[in-house]
Amino acid sequence: MIEAKNVYFTYPNGVEALKGVSLTIKNGEFVAIMGENGAGKTTLVKHFNGLLKPTKGTVHIDGVNTTKVSVATLARNVGFVFQNPDRQLFSETVEEEIAFALKNFGFEEKIIKRRVTWALNLLGLTQYRETSPFMLSGGERKRVALASILAWNPKILMLDEPTIGQDYRQKENLLQFILQMKAQRKTIIIVTHDVEFVAECSPRVLLMRGGRIVADGEARKVLTNPEVLTQASIVPPQITQIFLQLSDFQLPKEVIDVYEAREKLLNLLEAKAK
Amino acid sequence: MSVFDGLKFRRVYSPIHNLDPRIKFLYVCAIFVAAIIFWELLPLAILFLIQVPFVILAGVQREWVRSMRGAAFLAIVIFLTNFIFSFIGAGYTNPAHYLEYASAMTLRFIVLIESFSVFFLTTSPDHLGLALEQTRIPYEFCFAFTTAVRFVPVLAEEAQTIMDAQKARGLELERGNFLKRIRNYIPILIPLIVSAIRRSLELAEAMESRAWGATKNRTNLYVLKMHRGDFVLIVITFLILAVAIYIHLFFRIPSLNELLGGLF
Repeated sequence: MIEAKNVYFTYPNGVEALKGVSLTIKNGEFVAIMGENGAGKTTLVKHFNGLLKPTKGTVHIDGVNTTKVSVATLARNVGFVFQNPDRQLFSETVEEEIAFALKNFGFEEKIIKRRVTWALNLLGLTQYRETSPFMLSGGERKRVALASILAWNPKILMLDEPTIGQDYRQKENLLQFILQMKAQRKTIIIVTHDVEFVAECSPRVLLMRGGRIVADGEARKVLTNPEVLTQASIVPPQITQIFLQLSDFQLPKEVIDVYEAREKLLNLLEAKAK
Repeated sequence: MSVFDGLKFRRVYSPIHNLDPRIKFLYVCAIFVAAIIFWELLPLAILFLIQVPFVILAGVQREWVRSMRGAAFLAIVIFLTNFIFSFIGAGYTNPAHYLEYASAMTLRFIVLIESFSVFFLTTSPDHLGLALEQTRIPYEFCFAFTTAVRFVPVLAEEAQTIMDAQKARGLELERGNFLKRIRNYIPILIPLIVSAIRRSLELAEAMESRAWGATKNRTNLYVLKMHRGDFVLIVITFLILAVAIYIHLFFRIPSLNELLGGLF
């Protein structure tokens, strides 16, 4: 469980990135943090694995104050996949890349082998086991980065901008993968601008603006509220935009799902036809 | 790394900032030469004080003090090594003399740092590139120089991100013995170097697509022109240099001890 109480954070250069953020994320929850550039999204999640420590206020991970333990200790339970995989890839082979964290955490050789095989398999990278990560395509590198974090099976998984630069099929895979993790009762936090992706996976949505949380709730409620979305400079999902403009026809406003939208529209057309 | 804070440019305007960087560089060189030719405490103290009005006129006191503070550690090291070794070498006699000698050596270092810090604090990298270019240094070199300066903060930021990413994978930089600690930096250095190379290739492509080197004779939007202030600085520079050389050649400079009437 993640508990942040009245967190303030000021960078050494004087920029105040968080101005009193309080929130609780329960085990097994799926949360999307959204908001404009510079709203403090990445700063906030960096508090969850101890990379940043609050200037004021407290962050507790499973009851442990993040200021009391090292990043490495926290990272054992909190995996953080960075936006750009090139910021972390350095090994000669994909296999070693994935084993790096496992070695840091002191896993046994035998278990490392098994975990690496498992992670490669999970993300469809088995054929690249002996390949240099630098030879892979952008999407594949992103998957290697993800695999290198999943390998130690952290309880909480944080993904910074996971959909950037991914084609439709990769996004679909990512969605399936997140749902699978969710089924295993993992806590998943994604930081993203991709409103369509969020609408599709329908998590709890936190909207941030200027270092504060301006909205917190189900995707269906938050993503269909034009006022708060404008504040956070986010455009509603396309399907919601249609329904917002069709509100004269007694259609519900809170629609983010394409299948649901289809049902609602068909019902309307049938009623009209009668 | 606070020594480098004193070398970071901030865009403000003052009589010193507006001076021609070439003349400022000449001035720094003059101070440099003057500081090197003297071994005595007194003239070095004067050289140190001469620059204080420049700092105040430029309004960079705070940054300047910070860089001085950053240099303090090295200054102490220089003082101690000079004092200990010269004192031991002289067979443990006349400590006051060697104390003064060590102080002079330390002050010399501080004067050098001071003058460079004033130069870099009041000269924008663009200005510096312009100065290089207009002293007929080939444009390729000027461009390489300004680009290098320009990308230092970018690389620093990137190094921080990479460190965060590796720490998030359980890397502990401060763990293990000396050799292990050095090896801990491999996961930081490789991504940093790879991305620097990638970035340079991208930069090269971006430059090509903007017709870099299309004409032999480049023109500049800004042209450095000498103003009254620059001539004043030239006069000051030569005055400092001439007086320094004259005193050095024709005067015996009294030590502090002698001035104070042999108190020790």
